[in-house]
Order: sequence, then structure tokens, then C-alpha cells
Amino acid sequence: MADTTFYRIVSVIAVFIAWEIAGRIPISVAFPTFSSTMTALYDMTADGSILRAYGQTLQPLAVGVLISGGFGVAIGVGMGLNRLFQWFWEPIFVVLQASPVAALIPLITYAYGIGLTAKTVAVIMLAAPIIVLNTYKAVRNASPSLIQMCRSFQGTRMQEIWRVIIPNAAPVIFAGLRLGVAAGFIGVILAELLITPTGIGDLISYNRSIAAYDYMYAAVFTIIVFSAVMVGLLEKAEINFFRPEKKKGH
Amino acid sequence: MDVFGIRIPPVFSLLIWITLWEIAGQLELAFILPPFSAVILELFQLITRADFQSAAWLTFQSFVIGMTISIVAGITIGFLMGSSRMANSILGMWVNIFASAPLSSLVPVLMLLFGLGQTTIVVTVVLFSTWIIALDTYAGVNHISGSLSEMGKSFGASRRQLLTKVLFWAALPEILAGVRMGLIRAVKGIVIGQLLVSVVALGRLFRTFSDNFQFEEFWALTIVLFIFALLFSSAIGWLEQKVEYYANTRF
Amino acid sequence: MSTLSMAAAPVQADTKAQDNIVEVRDITKFYGSDIHALSSINLDFPRGQMTTLLGPSGCGKTTLLKIIAGLLEPTDGQVLVNGKQVTGPGPERAFVFQDFALLPWATVLRNVGFGMELTGKPKAEREAKARHYINEVGLSGFEDKYPHELSGGMRQRVGLARAMAVDADVLLMDEPFSAVDEQTRRKFQEDLLSLLANEKKSVIFVTHSIEEAVYVSDQIVLLSPRPGRIHSIIRPEISREISPEDIRRDKTYLDTIEEIWSDLKKYLE
Repeated sequence: MADTTFYRIVSVIAVFIAWEIAGRIPISVAFPTFSSTMTALYDMTADGSILRAYGQTLQPLAVGVLISGGFGVAIGVGMGLNRLFQWFWEPIFVVLQASPVAALIPLITYAYGIGLTAKTVAVIMLAAPIIVLNTYKAVRNASPSLIQMCRSFQGTRMQEIWRVIIPNAAPVIFAGLRLGVAAGFIGVILAELLITPTGIGDLISYNRSIAAYDYMYAAVFTIIVFSAVMVGLLEKAEINFFRPEKKKGH
Repeated sequence: MDVFGIRIPPVFSLLIWITLWEIAGQLELAFILPPFSAVILELFQLITRADFQSAAWLTFQSFVIGMTISIVAGITIGFLMGSSRMANSILGMWVNIFASAPLSSLVPVLMLLFGLGQTTIVVTVVLFSTWIIALDTYAGVNHISGSLSEMGKSFGASRRQLLTKVLFWAALPEILAGVRMGLIRAVKGIVIGQLLVSVVALGRLFRTFSDNFQFEEFWALTIVLFIFALLFSSAIGWLEQKVEYYANTRF
Repeated sequence: MSTLSMAAAPVQADTKAQDNIVEVRDITKFYGSDIHALSSINLDFPRGQMTTLLGPSGCGKTTLLKIIAGLLEPTDGQVLVNGKQVTGPGPERAFVFQDFALLPWATVLRNVGFGMELTGKPKAEREAKARHYINEVGLSGFEDKYPHELSGGMRQRVGLARAMAVDADVLLMDEPFSAVDEQTRRKFQEDLLSLLANEKKSVIFVTHSIEEAVYVSDQIVLLSPRPGRIHSIIRPEISREISPEDIRRDKTYLDTIEEIWSDLKKYLE
């Protein structure tokens, strides 16, 4: 196992070296080197602008994810348990999931202005469909064998739902939440780029406008890293709490 | 759902939503929401307009080129990931990072590097769709029962024959699922790209409509895009159904 | 060994005042409109005995078992338990599943106590009883383990303990040993017999293995397929005095197997 980590690190270093070389050629005026990007990154971290930016960006993200998570799981569970509910909600969410709802983000300003609300709405628009559909599928595909077992021991419907179906569906629901967070993150950044610049979106737009490309790339770099770390942590939490059989060393 | 014993397909619940839209529009509940009927009328107007048609054609071309590249690249990467543990852990790491990263944040970078024209659209399509195709291909390769490969080898199949005659077809259900997801992501990517760029093609149309409060046109364009995404996705879904008959018996 | 072959009248001739834990009357089952799974099944299951439903695929044995369990509704006919008609699951019957059906997120202790949990038994009582049966099936020390940490054979023992812990009158077992390897399977058959000797339960057992049926059963019901009908009822009458290994070489045992096998052969295409 130490073997693979080593090679992974090697591949990361290789990419950084390639980046550095590409920046020095340069392949484009607007393409800074790896080193200058890192310097800019250090700068922004040192003067706290990165931290402030994420503080602003994470607010609508957190609120939006909480709302879409709460309502999304509730609707998804309802859809999984009740056929009429499913009939009513499924097509609309499938359409929302498959369509580029991002197209509607500019419209949000007309209804919700340019503040926190608008950005939260953007998060919800992108996160909710994924969460609902994942939850609904998880509940609907709950193990029929376990459900039958519960019935054979005279379990009531309530017991069946709370003691078997929901715990059985929990890992996939959580995976859906994880995807929802990733989608919501896209939503908030788009909102920041399209509606009004705040947070990390602002760092990107502002630095682009003053042609400070190394700073702009540094901001984008932090987004990729942040996203990878966040998703990685959520995956670890998922394995830890829901899938003990996948833990290493079991 | 059944009404008086007649089965009503789920799609019909959309009719309820559309009716709600129509009512909300007629009552002028929100000025951004014109009645659905007005939007549909506008839609038929829109698709005859020259500016729409040229914008759509441009976008469509870039889409097709981009998807071709990402399908080839994605399938290749997926098979590479399945070929050795080392390849899996290194490639897998990068593919996963990009599959879950907010790629929209990279679009401003792409715009800087590739300009504002067709190239950017193609690159956006490739960027958005390759990773999920790779991941699903890898999942398909993993599913392939070891004994299928062994069977091929025992009858003397070369590496290339094994790949093209056995492995590719065995993984096809997952590959198609990946292509479908990739398609949807690509359309999202294009839209996002257009929104952020908004000086060319569909992006400019969107911008114009929303700046001038032409909401019928805006929604009509949106619906065109939605329909496009759904049609494509259904087409792949149809293909998936064609191969479903063997999907469950690969153990 | 006595064989009662039923061609026309599929009801046991000498019921007399036989005490039957379960009675099945005219059970018919259709899936949809074209799949005829069971046709007019009439059977008595004597109390305290092990009855096996045996037959090739498609003969409806699992369908019949699930109808008796109340997990499936018959298209026609009735199931009587202790003389009273039943239409759903009930406390007199406990089911053991082919794929174990254990809650993967619960410990062995909780799994064994799950049946009692659903009927509202207080926790202390549940756990005490669960521990008792965990011990009975030979899993002492594994109370805090999770199903994924157990082998297939151990998981099935958990399923068995769970079914025994609810104090049902009759155990319904759906091919309980088919998902484990042959050696474990043989051990299970032997263990099951000794367990039941202590517990005095009635058992209705489904299997497709002729050896297994003849080894464990007091009475074997042979079902013929498409649609499921009673072909014959056999009482192996094997002496339980001989050792488990010797039973498998006993002449009565081997002859019974041969007779059933030649009887069922014609149903295999």
C-alpha cells in the first residue's frame, strides 16, 4: 500500500513539473508557471484573503446543502415509500437532474436579488435533484429479503421503515448527500461568477480582470484542492459509519 | 399510478407541473415567469430565427467533436485503470479528483487559454464528460468475470482480440451508462461555458434575452436546451436497453 | 419404511385425531394470470415433527412455505395454524431465510433479538434470551460481531437462533443450508436434529436435496412441478439410535433416497 501512495505522489509531482515547464515556454500569455501560482497562493493565504473568500463562499453552500439535504431526503424517502408521491415528483426531478439548470442561475437575481439568498437558491437548485433521486432510489431498492424478514417476525410498517428500510438505504443516501455537496459547490461558484462577485468566485473574476493570472490560477487551484479534500473526507466518513466491511484491515 | 384501473405513466405528472406553470404565468405571480403557453409559442418562433440556428449549429458541432474525443479518451482511460492495480491507483486518483471537482471554476481558465470561440466549447465538453465515462468504463471492466478473459485466452485470443471481441462488449452496459452521464454533463458544461463567456453563440442569446427582460424567449431557449439534453440522454438510454439482456448474467 | 403414494386423493388417509400444528386446505397460487405455481394443495403437518417439502425447481415448494408463513397470499385456499385460519405472519410461526437476511448494521446479539424487538419485548429480557440461543447454536463469544465478520455458516446459525428465540410453535426453513459448503451443510443437518430434540418444535423444511430430506425428516412431501401438486408422501422411519455417520450408510436411508430419486427423475428435463 505504501507503494501506491508513493507512485501517486510521483504523479502529482510530475504534473506540477509539467505545469512549470508549460508556463515557462510559455504556451500562452495567460498561463502562469506552477511556481508563480504557488507564490501567489502563499501571498493570498498569508494576508488572509483566501480564508475570507472561503468564509463567504461557504455560507450559502452550508445553508443550501442543509436545506436541500433536509427536504431532499424527506421527499426522496416519501417517493421511495409511496407510489403516488413518486409518480408526482419523479419526472420533474429527473428533468431537473438531466437538464442544465445552470442556465437559470442568471434569472435568480430577478427573484431573489444579489445577496446570500440568491446564492443559496443556486446551491439548492443544483443540489436538490441529486439528493432526492439518490435517496428515492436507495429507499425503493432497499433489500426485499430484509423487508420480508421483518414482516415474517410481525414487524409493523413503521418498524419496517425505521428499523430496516432507512438503515438499509442510509449508505446510498449519504452518498447522495456527498454528490449534493459537490453539486452545490458548483452552484455557489457559478452564482459568484454570474450574479455578484463574492468569496472565491470574486477572487477569480477580480484577478482575471486585472490580468493577475497567477493569482487567478491560485484561486482556481484552491477550489480543486478544496473539493478533492471535502469529497475525500465525506467518503471516509461514509466508510467509517456506514460500510464497516470496506474499512482497511477488517 | 392508477386511476379507475387505468395505468397513467409517470410522465403525465409533468402535465400537472406544466398546468401549474401556466396558471402561475396567467396570474402573473412572478414577472420572470410568463405563461407556459406563451413560452411554447415563442419556442416555435425561436427555432426559425437565423441567429438561433447559427448559434445552435455551432454549439452542436463542437458538442459532437468534443463528445467523440471524450468517449474515446474516457473508454481508454477506463480500460487502462482496469488493466493493473498501479494504473488504477494513479489514474483513479486523478479521474476521481476531476470527476468531483467543480469544473465550472476551470471554465474561466479555459476561456483565457483557448479564446472565446469553438475551441473552448470543445475543450469544455471534453473536460466535463471524460471523467465519468472513464469511471463507468472502469466499473464495467471490473464487473467482467475473470473467467471470461481466461476463456478467451484459453482459446488463443490475442490481447487485441480479447479487448475488442470480449472485454469491450462485456463492459458495454456500464460504458453506455457512462456515456449517458457524460452527455448530460457535457451539455451542462456547454451551458455553463456559454453563460460565463456570453459573447458568442447561445451564451450571447441568453445574455441578450435576460438583459432585455425577454423572458418568453429566455425560457423558450432554456426549454430547447433541456429538450436537447433529454433527447440525447434518452437515445443512449435506448441503446442501454438493447444491451440490457445480457447485463445481468455476467456474474 | 412406509410409503403412501397419493395419486387421486391427496389427503392423508389416517388423520384420526392426529394433532396437526399446520393444516393446508386447497391452496392454489397463480402468479399473474399465466404462471400456475400451486394447484389445490391439501396437507397436514403433524405437531412436533419435521416435514420436508421436496421437489425439483418449479414445483412451488418455496411458494407453499411462504404462503404458510403468511408472506405470500394464496389465490385460493386456507392455512390453519393450531386449528385457526391465518392470513399473515404470526407469533406461532418463525421463518429461517435462505440468504440469512441479517441486518448488516447490527451485532449478532441485536440480530438474534430482532424478532423479539419487533414484538416489543423489554431489552433485558431480549438480550438474556438472545444470549441463551446464541449459545445453543454454538456462537458464544460472537455476540458483538457484525455479520460481515462471520462466515456463511455462522450467519445462518444467527438466523436460526433468531427464529428460535421468538418461541414459535413451528419453524419454517427455506433451503437454509443451500448457501453454505457441503461439509458445513452436513454438520448443520446433524446439529439441527440435536437442537430440535431439545426444543420440541415442529419444523417445515424446504430443500431440493434428497439426501438432506431423508436425513432430517420424519415425513417427506414430494411435489411435482408445473403446476405444483402433491406427488406422494413418504415417511423414512430411520432409527435415530444409530450415530449420525452410520445413518448415512444405513440401508433404509439409502433405499429411500434411491426410490425418491427414480420417482423424481421423470420431472427433470
